[in-house]
Amino acid sequence: MSITLHANDWLQIFLHFLMLSLLAVGGAITTAPDMHRYLVTQQAWLTDAQFTASIALAQAAPGPNVLFVALVGWTVGVNAGGGVAAGMAAWPLGALGVFLTMAAILLPSSTLTYVATRWAHHNRERREVKAFKQGMAPIVIALLIATGWVLSAAHDNPERDWRLWLLTLVSALLVWRTKLHLLWMLGAGAVLGAMGWV
Amino acid sequence: MTPAQTRPDGAEAPAQPRSKTDLFLSFTWLALQGFGGVLAVVQRELVDKKRWLTRDQFVEDWAVAQILPGPNVVNLSLMIGGRYFGLPGALAALAGMLLAPLLVAVILAVAFSSIAGAPAALGALRGMGAVAAGLITATGLKLIGALQNNVMGRFVCWGFAAATFVAIALMRLPLAWVLLGLGSVACLWAWRCLGESLAGNKA
Repeated sequence: MSITLHANDWLQIFLHFLMLSLLAVGGAITTAPDMHRYLVTQQAWLTDAQFTASIALAQAAPGPNVLFVALVGWTVGVNAGGGVAAGMAAWPLGALGVFLTMAAILLPSSTLTYVATRWAHHNRERREVKAFKQGMAPIVIALLIATGWVLSAAHDNPERDWRLWLLTLVSALLVWRTKLHLLWMLGAGAVLGAMGWV
Repeated sequence: MTPAQTRPDGAEAPAQPRSKTDLFLSFTWLALQGFGGVLAVVQRELVDKKRWLTRDQFVEDWAVAQILPGPNVVNLSLMIGGRYFGLPGALAALAGMLLAPLLVAVILAVAFSSIAGAPAALGALRGMGAVAAGLITATGLKLIGALQNNVMGRFVCWGFAAATFVAIALMRLPLAWVLLGLGSVACLWAWRCLGESLAGNKA
């Protein structure tokens, strides 16, 4: 698709993402529904399929999940530069999209994190700081285990998905109990998947 | 040992990054291994291998990174980098975490149109997703040991952990509610226990 974006539109994107940054408690991915509402439904600056592909690609690529924001920015920029059909001519605007969306999603939350953790570090002997860390420990550990559960439960057809669950279980046991390099396991998962065995 | 070599917080992590370049390269390397989430790799590289953080410190930092807004592993990299080299260290770790993977992601996005929907590519994503789910579960399992020293005691910790698992995995409650609800109860309880242990030490 091809769209036209004026300087004011870019500013709107920047401001909207600045706001989302402070709402992203629990990770950037929690802002995806609102990003979708704003960019796809309200402004129609990228298609539904483009938005979904941005998330899927960012999850497939190495690195933090927040990179889906960069891909959303890239796609909006490429759309503004004449769409995929324009080829490399659309890349500068794509890069502008990456820069603006990533700067906006990171600046507020990172500033807050840096200032807050410096403060907590200087005051680490205070009872409230210790209470926060000790109290939150069991909760964040359980969150990790629950995340694995939630990811596996997304595949909910036992007949088709039991091999997938087995793969998850085996990789969990291997990481927990051995020092096998994580890349070997991810590579094995990719091969098993590509061959259609899981 | 000269003061410059001791860890700023005097804790017992046996190693630390040599320089901001070391931070940048280490975070680049672990971000590039992080398919389907970087956290499992951070734990394995920085706690198990490099020993920049103890298991307890990792859990504490992760709790803070989780509760503050923003991408969790980005927050974590800012905190770890900032602890050793202040703001420049935080920026070095942040840049390491984001720059190389950003480039890879954009290249993938450009290439994607040609292979979109190929069954082998979709299958590979599916397989890697299943492994990634296992990695994150194992990271949680490995950190359970960090609860041994918790001031709230083992049974209370298990209770909070079980309640969190039920709320998130089975009831699918929003994360913000769980962190605010269960989190504040747990912090208040820990506050109480800390008071008792202080009183016990003085007695």
